Amino acid sequence: MNKILDKFFHMSTLSIALLTLVITGAIFGVLFQEAKPAIDAFGFDFITNSKWAPNLEKFGAWPAIVGSIMSTSLAMFLAVPLAIGVAIFLSEIAPDKLKNPVGVSIELLAAIPSVIYGMWGLFYFVPIIRDLFGGLGIGLLTAGIVLAIMILPFMAAVTRDAMNTTPDILKESAYALGGTKWDVIKDIVIPYAKAGIIGAAILALGRAVGETMAVTFVMGNVHKIPSLITDPATSIPVALANEFAEADEDLYFSSLFYLAMILFIMSFAIITFAKVAFLKRGRKAK
Amino acid sequence: MTHTEKRILVNKLVMVLSTLSAMIGIGFLLWILSILVMNGIDAINWNIFIYEGAPPGYEESGLKHALIGQALLIGVSTLVGVPLGILAGTYLSEYGGIKSKFANLIRDISDIMMSAPSIVIGSFVYAVMVAPMGHFSGWAGIAALTIIMIPIILRTTDDMLQLVPSTLREAAFALGAPKYKVILQVVIRGAKTGILTGVLLGIARVSGETAPLLFTSFNDNFLNTDLNEPIASLTVTMFNYATSPYEDWQKLGWAAAFILSMFILTLNIFGRIILAPRKRKK
Repeated sequence: MNKILDKFFHMSTLSIALLTLVITGAIFGVLFQEAKPAIDAFGFDFITNSKWAPNLEKFGAWPAIVGSIMSTSLAMFLAVPLAIGVAIFLSEIAPDKLKNPVGVSIELLAAIPSVIYGMWGLFYFVPIIRDLFGGLGIGLLTAGIVLAIMILPFMAAVTRDAMNTTPDILKESAYALGGTKWDVIKDIVIPYAKAGIIGAAILALGRAVGETMAVTFVMGNVHKIPSLITDPATSIPVALANEFAEADEDLYFSSLFYLAMILFIMSFAIITFAKVAFLKRGRKAK
Repeated sequence: MTHTEKRILVNKLVMVLSTLSAMIGIGFLLWILSILVMNGIDAINWNIFIYEGAPPGYEESGLKHALIGQALLIGVSTLVGVPLGILAGTYLSEYGGIKSKFANLIRDISDIMMSAPSIVIGSFVYAVMVAPMGHFSGWAGIAALTIIMIPIILRTTDDMLQLVPSTLREAAFALGAPKYKVILQVVIRGAKTGILTGVLLGIARVSGETAPLLFTSFNDNFLNTDLNEPIASLTVTMFNYATSPYEDWQKLGWAAAFILSMFILTLNIFGRIILAPRKRKK
């Protein structure tokens, strides 16, 4: 009796564990299958074609892809230095009394849903950009900044964790040799935590690429390559969020699934790269 | 300037720069938080809990529909996702172990799925559930949330079970207990606070999801508890109200944002508190 139950328990946990693989495979499969009509109709030209005109049944993903790349690059450009600054502050500079409360509040802010960052961006940040740069206030620049603020807590927390793994004895040795704090940070902490810091940045990039709600509010969903950084634009997730429930033609739907598939492959590749190339060590060390 | 003076100057400069960037970062985050709290407290009153959605301009409009819809969506996906996640995590830790290639593949895939764009999961569920059924439904939303939740619970369960000392397992085996009993009654019990933390964080994470609900559970401005129909959620309601041009709807959007973030923050803080004594012991 016990043997049967044992076998049963083993097999049921195994099949549920398998389920996670099956779902991931199914997502790839289903997206491909749904995108098939668009793939047949446009092929790879879909990626480089910049015309998105649902009424003419012409679909090209280039503006959305460029918008995705530009908004996430802008966000990374702003967030990486800030996150490293915050992490250095939290792991090396802040007095012990501050480390914990500030660190915990940053981690908690990473838990705030992105839709709220989007709301904040729309109501409080868009007017500022509008006053400073003119135009609508909605566009690439705003999206990049809101995205940067939204990934900042996550990136700072992971970077700080990586920096905190530096053994004290290494740092103390450097201080004993007469190093300043900056010498210790640049020659000991950063080299030691390099893989973790780069991994954190790439992981944040992977999240930023797929981040939908924070940017949907402030990007404008205009399928045109923006000529100015303050112009409205679109990105893959923004286009999906805005148009999925509205699409009526089969080819329109299929093109959106094509977009979703490109996005899934992009973020899957980025996250896998971060995990395999930089963050592997963390698990082995445990 | 001597070399030493230069080094001290550079050092000071970097300290100032990094403190400054910390202040900029933290300043922005405090700004968001204060806006959330101020607008939230300003917008919250009893009507919100009593009334359902109404056309703009009506006094008697509230968020009852979204609160109940959200509770249903999160509740049911928790009921489905938590046992699945725990059992899969149990497999990884107890049958797979850290050396098994198969178990490590599942770990890697789960890690990746944790950061995968949730809107893609929404479009997947749309293709397999909404399109064949012909209409949006609460069940589709639950499916999307469950897919997002499973990897989170799976990974924490796996990590937490591995922390249980193997001597405990051996002691139970020595008493003649079969493996499933050892796992259920000794290992999982030993790790229950850790698993609970994972569950709380998993719930907190899916509670804030908006993108996968946009075209699965869709939205409904009135109270609906039938999961075969489109159903309101706080997040989608928040999105729709906030992007509307009506001031009273925007206000309701802020109220929803405030309630939701307080819920999520409470879960997170609670998760930390129950895990804290364990960490101290180490």
